[in-house]
Amino acid sequence: MNVIVEREKGLLELEQRIGDLKSLSEQHPEASFVNEIHALEEKYASLQREIFGNLTAWQKVHMARHPMRPRATAFIAALDEFVELHGDRAFRDDAAVIGGIGRLGGRRVMVLAQQKGRDTKENVWRNFGMVHPEGYRKALRLMRMAEKFALPIVTYIDTSGADPGIGAEERGQSEAIARCILQLTNVRVPVVASVIGEGGSGGALAFGVGDRIIMLEHAIFSIASPEGCAAILWKDASKAEEAAARLKLTAGDLKALGIIDEIVAEPLGGAHRDVEYTVASLLREQGRALDVLSALPIERVVEERYAKYRHIGSWQRENERMVRGAT
Amino acid sequence: MPSVTDWLRGRKRQLERREPGLWVKCPECSEMLYRKDLELNLLVCAHCSHHFRMPAIDRIASLIDGEFHEIAADLEPRDPLNWTDVKTYPQKLAADREKSGVIEAVVAGFGSMGGIDVGLAVMDFFFRGGTMGAVVGEKIALLFEESARRAVPAIVCTASGGARMEEGLIALLQMAKTSAALTRLQAARLPYICVLTDPTTGGVSASFAFDADIIIAEPKAVVGFAGRRVIEQTIRQRLPDGFQTAEFLIEHGHADLIVDRHQLKAQLIQVLEILLPGARRREALA
Ligand SMILES: [Zn+2]
Repeated sequence: MNVIVEREKGLLELEQRIGDLKSLSEQHPEASFVNEIHALEEKYASLQREIFGNLTAWQKVHMARHPMRPRATAFIAALDEFVELHGDRAFRDDAAVIGGIGRLGGRRVMVLAQQKGRDTKENVWRNFGMVHPEGYRKALRLMRMAEKFALPIVTYIDTSGADPGIGAEERGQSEAIARCILQLTNVRVPVVASVIGEGGSGGALAFGVGDRIIMLEHAIFSIASPEGCAAILWKDASKAEEAAARLKLTAGDLKALGIIDEIVAEPLGGAHRDVEYTVASLLREQGRALDVLSALPIERVVEERYAKYRHIGSWQRENERMVRGAT
Repeated sequence: MPSVTDWLRGRKRQLERREPGLWVKCPECSEMLYRKDLELNLLVCAHCSHHFRMPAIDRIASLIDGEFHEIAADLEPRDPLNWTDVKTYPQKLAADREKSGVIEAVVAGFGSMGGIDVGLAVMDFFFRGGTMGAVVGEKIALLFEESARRAVPAIVCTASGGARMEEGLIALLQMAKTSAALTRLQAARLPYICVLTDPTTGGVSASFAFDADIIIAEPKAVVGFAGRRVIEQTIRQRLPDGFQTAEFLIEHGHADLIVDRHQLKAQLIQVLEILLPGARRREALA
């Protein structure tokens, strides 16, 4: 059960009533429903603020997983042009990854995206956005092609995690993810990564290393799913809500920790309430980042990327702890 | 830099306090083993060859000729998320320091192996399940960078449950930090050998572990991306015996060789001698 979908029900009801009154007043111009409509609209606005004005981490997890949330395909559809390139040249084409070349606001790019389904049928085909080793190897092939043809890489991240199945282990899920991360840390083209929904664990990070990390306002990026974290630490997946709060997985938390660069605002109520607006906002931000990076010599871009990742995470010296008396 | 023999002696003392008792039961063949004998046999069961999990300090002693110069020995994690569940994160760390005799889940440094200078990092599963946070990431990254600077090969023995939850996304991003540093070693065309020991999963297996030039696994070590429990919950059936073991890795083409702990040092030396014919050699110490 999605907690956001549940909370939206009251809003959808009000929306329905406002719509009904509006069409009624069109049919009967002599009767005035202006006051009723106005009152309902005020109620709607205040309910919307109440529900969405201050989402908890747990609610954001559900916003990120909202069934109507725009998928990677929504952003790819807004590119000037796109040619999808299939397959890892070794095993098969993984539909959980969409890769290809195209233009973003006139700029040549290599696109790598994780794609969840919209309905059951598409989800079965896309494996719910959970990538197999062959998906990561397709991405790796395209990262190398991007370098060869000097195409900046733009990624869209939306996965609960890499596929945790028998086939994935047999085909080397660890190695496949490791190679993507390694490649992105020193690929000689700019990399702009965007988390559009769920950024789950190492499977997301395989597309999430870059010069600029952008997150949609209600996207999440986490070491593990809150359910997985609760299961690992407390052997109790029902404590997921508590884990979500502790993990600091929201865009705001991660910006404050200095781990991501930009947050792209979503319309009140979430990206799915105005997909066109959300898509345009993110593409604009990606374009801006690409312009800044493309203006720099690539040596400097790669060097700054190295320095950035090299300095993530701080520590203390043993004697500092002793001095402070903490244990 | 502190003298390493002293360091080893000091750490060893802590270690002896860790698990009292003269006898250990082999979990594989149930034989009762005299602890001293077991330690002399590199923590391998004399009856069935079961490889017990090895503390980092014992592993280093089993691989390095004489002196070991530890780097970044005094680095300790901060508490970036102010983590509290049943205990605070600093409390958990303190308990594990006491239990394991190490102050983080990896010990890294430099020494020689059969007279060849090497960088060596050994993860310790007895400290927070060998999980990787900012300090583990830092030490592994330093090992790669410093090995590149000294023009020596790097060896990492892994044992890890993955990225450390209590440090959140910062822990996950150590996968990128260690990978970035590894590119320095690769650019210098120096060998990097990974020894997978039981268990190695998650964020460690999916980053520097499987990026190695040569991947060695200890017999029957469990190695994989997803934990067994997670897979079983996902597919709703019990996994076959032998799934995600060293032998499974060899069968599916993900590791180069399985090496018994008694042969590990000799095997590493042989590989390094072939890969690096001009390797800087010292007088091998007895
Ligand atoms: Zn035995």
